[in-house]
Amino acid sequence: MSPDTPIGGTSAPDSPSEARPISNARLGILILLGAEMMLFSGLIGAFLVLRMGNITWPPPSHIDLRLPRAVTGINTVLLILSGYTMFQALRAIQKDRVKQLRNWLLLTGTLGLLFLVIQGGEWVQLVHNGLTLQSGVYGGIFYVLIGCHAVHVLGAVIWLLIVFGIAVAGRFSAVHHIGVETCTIYWIFVVALWPILYVLVYLL
Amino acid sequence: MHDNEHASHHHEESFIRKYIFSLDHKMIGKQFLIYGLIMFFVGGGLALLFRWQLAYPEKPLPVIGASPQYLEEGEVVTGVDKMWERIYESEKEEWLEVNMPNGVIEPAFYNMLFTMHATIMVFFVVVPILVGAFGNFLIPLMIGTRDMAFPVLNMLSFWLAVVAAIVMAIGFFVPGGHAAAGWTGYAPLSSDPQWTGVDWGQNLWAISLLIQGFSSLVGSINYITTIINMRAPGMTFFRMPLVIWSLFIVAILLLLAFPVLSSALALLIFDRLAGTTFFTATAEGGGDPLLWQHLFWFFGHPEVYILILPGMGIASELIPVFSRKPVFGYRSMVYAMIAIAFLGWIVWGHHMFQSGMRPALGSAFMTTTMLIAVPSAIKTFNWLGTMFRGSIRFTTPMLHAIAFVSMFVIGGLSGIYMANTPVDIFIHDTYYIVAHIHYVVFGGSLFAIFGGIVFWFPKMYGRYMNDTLSKIHFWLTFAAFNCTFFPMHILGVGGHMRRISNPMQYEFLQTFEGMNIFITMSAFTLGFAQLILVFNFFWSIYRGKVAEKNPWHVNTLEWEAPTPVPHGNFGQIPTVYRGPYEYSVPGEEADWIPQAQPEHVPATSGD
Repeated sequence: MSPDTPIGGTSAPDSPSEARPISNARLGILILLGAEMMLFSGLIGAFLVLRMGNITWPPPSHIDLRLPRAVTGINTVLLILSGYTMFQALRAIQKDRVKQLRNWLLLTGTLGLLFLVIQGGEWVQLVHNGLTLQSGVYGGIFYVLIGCHAVHVLGAVIWLLIVFGIAVAGRFSAVHHIGVETCTIYWIFVVALWPILYVLVYLL
Repeated sequence: MHDNEHASHHHEESFIRKYIFSLDHKMIGKQFLIYGLIMFFVGGGLALLFRWQLAYPEKPLPVIGASPQYLEEGEVVTGVDKMWERIYESEKEEWLEVNMPNGVIEPAFYNMLFTMHATIMVFFVVVPILVGAFGNFLIPLMIGTRDMAFPVLNMLSFWLAVVAAIVMAIGFFVPGGHAAAGWTGYAPLSSDPQWTGVDWGQNLWAISLLIQGFSSLVGSINYITTIINMRAPGMTFFRMPLVIWSLFIVAILLLLAFPVLSSALALLIFDRLAGTTFFTATAEGGGDPLLWQHLFWFFGHPEVYILILPGMGIASELIPVFSRKPVFGYRSMVYAMIAIAFLGWIVWGHHMFQSGMRPALGSAFMTTTMLIAVPSAIKTFNWLGTMFRGSIRFTTPMLHAIAFVSMFVIGGLSGIYMANTPVDIFIHDTYYIVAHIHYVVFGGSLFAIFGGIVFWFPKMYGRYMNDTLSKIHFWLTFAAFNCTFFPMHILGVGGHMRRISNPMQYEFLQTFEGMNIFITMSAFTLGFAQLILVFNFFWSIYRGKVAEKNPWHVNTLEWEAPTPVPHGNFGQIPTVYRGPYEYSVPGEEADWIPQAQPEHVPATSGD
């Protein structure tokens, strides 16, 4: 329970005698998610305010524009699937199955990248159709909100690659796998956030 | 970042590890303290500049404003008329000559001065000192652990704050000057360079605050984890000192509030740099300037409590110690802080009564705002109840704590007036508001900071601060503070708008000239008094009287640690047996019982 052993060589050893109900690293990541939620609340709040403030949505200038609902729907399924595989990766290492961990991680990372590639493709298409960052608030908030999520997915993928590297090096075990655990928590947050954005931005 | 911590017996660390990229929570706390004090002088200096302009509009500044023309002719041609050309041609000219032609403060420069004064004081002085310095220094010591949960993140938090300060400082020297849209950065003033003439200044302002947001985020993750997970055996939540409670609550507020500001800043940066129109109403599918206000104040009001709650915590430590009595109503103090923190989320609209909000909504915000008076009053009466019939010792920290309580009452009461929508219509955007915020943040937070510095100085540096100088500093500050800010209430009721560079332009404000001059004189005295503090601070680090382990006879755990506190804080982690405020317990010989002192009856082995 001490991947966070500080470089200064302090904290952990003889602090509280009783075992902690939750490790520092796990608690830290959960607290981080609180902040992430507020960041997205801010952006979603802005989205809603701008949306309510316009009589039509999309506004008259882009009234013909349709967001790619179907493709994004498939993309949504892919991302949710990656949440499942990530969870399986954690389950695997909890049972000390290192090889399975690696496979599940690889699958998760591939799904995450696939999500980003499909979304990137969509964006290229949308820009061709005339929806840019400068196309009023409609384009602006679309790219900022969805882009903010995409950046989080990218961050999660990079984190996952690091975890994968450590897994390949064989440094995780049933006892010691806090790295997988924190990454799973973060990954699942990013996955769980997406359906909300999909419904808000694409469907409604 | 020097200090004379000559202890650290085992493993001597290199200079860089120990003083610069330190992982030790105590050193990081001291770094934040010195950082905050430096920024305090920057922010205060800016305030003195614009105070001069308010008292003597269009007159050259003393000393730095003495231009050759002034020395020869006794008066100068000011640059007001040529303002706009000057700003855009500024690259060629000297900085001082652009902003203060002939030593006179330009209106645009004036806007920048008050904007940056508030920005620096809020984000770079009060929060870094209260949360960064006291939080880092006190949390591990007071809950009885060896360091923060994530020392590396702790170091990162400090150095991100330094980067933010540097980015903010660069803004002063870019063409067009620094941000000038007020510290609240209202759109569209902030979102479009054409309104203020400020180009990169405002961008750097936003970027710097984003970085500061990361610093706060990392810091608050650390604080919350540490407090939840790393308390010493026996240190239950309701045995925690109140200052730790306040820092815990503030860390949660920072964690949840700052990301909302970050989202607003991100949108602002997109508006300024990428051509979006989130905060500008345009013909086709435009944005909404009010959106900025909602996002900003949704962060901004919790931020106000971030500024005051640790001050309340510090006062709650000092008052029982120097009254030699338990704090009155410990649990109600905790619940009151939680209530304040909670209510802080649902009152942001009271900053926007003038924005064309629906009156019914305004009334709702008015009600929630006035509700805050209840927990605040609970705290105030508890402090008074603690002092009542105590054997009060008027040490310097105690004087500061009493000043905190009394100034907080004045600031809090003026807050209730402003919460009334009908009253607010009259006094909004006047000096009444300025008086209120300064009574709370200067009279409240800063007095708590001063008191805290004097109180914990012996633990931080192993020496006392010079008491004569501390007392002179206190009395000068207290008198000058009230002379500076109290008349502002009168100015405000008289209709004196804030954020105007030359009140003499308005006929109805000309009667206030004498009062403005008086305020400015007091402000300069106030600024001068702070030099005493800084001199005393640095002098005492090296020359102060050496302090014993627990000079004030305090119960809490930080005084159990040896002085100066070594790396790792405690020889053996103390076990906590009791609450933090057991002073003058009947039947006891000493009038204080440290938290780590076991029960007298050794017969039973229970804890």
